[in-house]
Amino acid sequence: MADLRSAAPPAIGEVDHVRGPARGPLVIEYADYECPYCARTDLLLSELAVRRVFRHFPVPSKHPRARVLAGAAEAAALQGRFWEMHDALFADQGRIDDPHLWERARRLTLDLDRFERDRRSEAVAERVAGDFRSGLRAGVVTTPTLFVDGTLHPGVPGPELLERLTVASIGADFISKNQHRKAANRRRRERNA
Amino acid sequence: MIEPGTRAPGFALADQEGNEVTLASLRGETVVLVFYPLDFSPVCTDQFNVYQEILPELERAGVRMYGVSVDSAFAHKAFQRELGISIPLLADFHPKGEVARLFGVFNEERGISQRALVMIDPDGIVRWSHVSPSPLEIPGANLIFDALEQAAAA
Repeated sequence: MADLRSAAPPAIGEVDHVRGPARGPLVIEYADYECPYCARTDLLLSELAVRRVFRHFPVPSKHPRARVLAGAAEAAALQGRFWEMHDALFADQGRIDDPHLWERARRLTLDLDRFERDRRSEAVAERVAGDFRSGLRAGVVTTPTLFVDGTLHPGVPGPELLERLTVASIGADFISKNQHRKAANRRRRERNA
Repeated sequence: MIEPGTRAPGFALADQEGNEVTLASLRGETVVLVFYPLDFSPVCTDQFNVYQEILPELERAGVRMYGVSVDSAFAHKAFQRELGISIPLLADFHPKGEVARLFGVFNEERGISQRALVMIDPDGIVRWSHVSPSPLEIPGANLIFDALEQAAAA
């Protein structure tokens, strides 16, 4: 039987999807692609220089396509395009049927056959279920739920939390901008070489 | 709030189909009662949708889960359908809130139950109880599994 006793949300691991400046304040997010509050939260967080970990918390009795969509994001991840699929899913929550997923996969130039196989695979299902279990153990009961400094914040982050994250991220953004500039310069050098 | 170690008060309530469920008939099984304020309130919705996802694990652990609120069996039926859940819901409807009162979780002022969880062992003894500090706070499913482990170790 799966162990569902209380446990703090796991630290960032190999399997996690992480984005944002490395020095930014850490936000661990449990969310579902069919949940409008999660899309709103995604937008709010994308405007901050925070380091984000995204974990799946699909609740199919509430959002029938949630688990399928999580599977699609994980299948894209296996082709190195997790965040691109993540953004594409949140960008248009009204189009979440299979043909819409194929359309997104094509736009991201994914290998479509592989995408179809992977998103239905047991490995992907287990990957998604693993996130769900870690969320349950950490006391997640609603989406989105954010963990900041070990504290659970259910729902769309309010002004207070956003302000705290903004203050905590001062400096991190500069670093990330600097990193972007360095990377851009490097790419330019590589092109000219 | 009813304390662990005490005998759970007996009850007979109608479920969402109008069938009577008695505590006596559940002897031999671990029972988790989920007291909640009202059908169709947004916070309850999340609570039961998440609990629905752990039903297979609860079944494997030999646990029967029931929701309990002051709503009628007919309202429960509609609520269950609206949520798309199979967790049975018991109508603590007449006399209103009597079972919640017996378990010490009735809010007399508002006429509804507090948000609370009660675990009753196969012998009918309360093993664990939890009341949310506010109706907006949903107890995580992890607490149920912590309580199961404690009960098994006791």
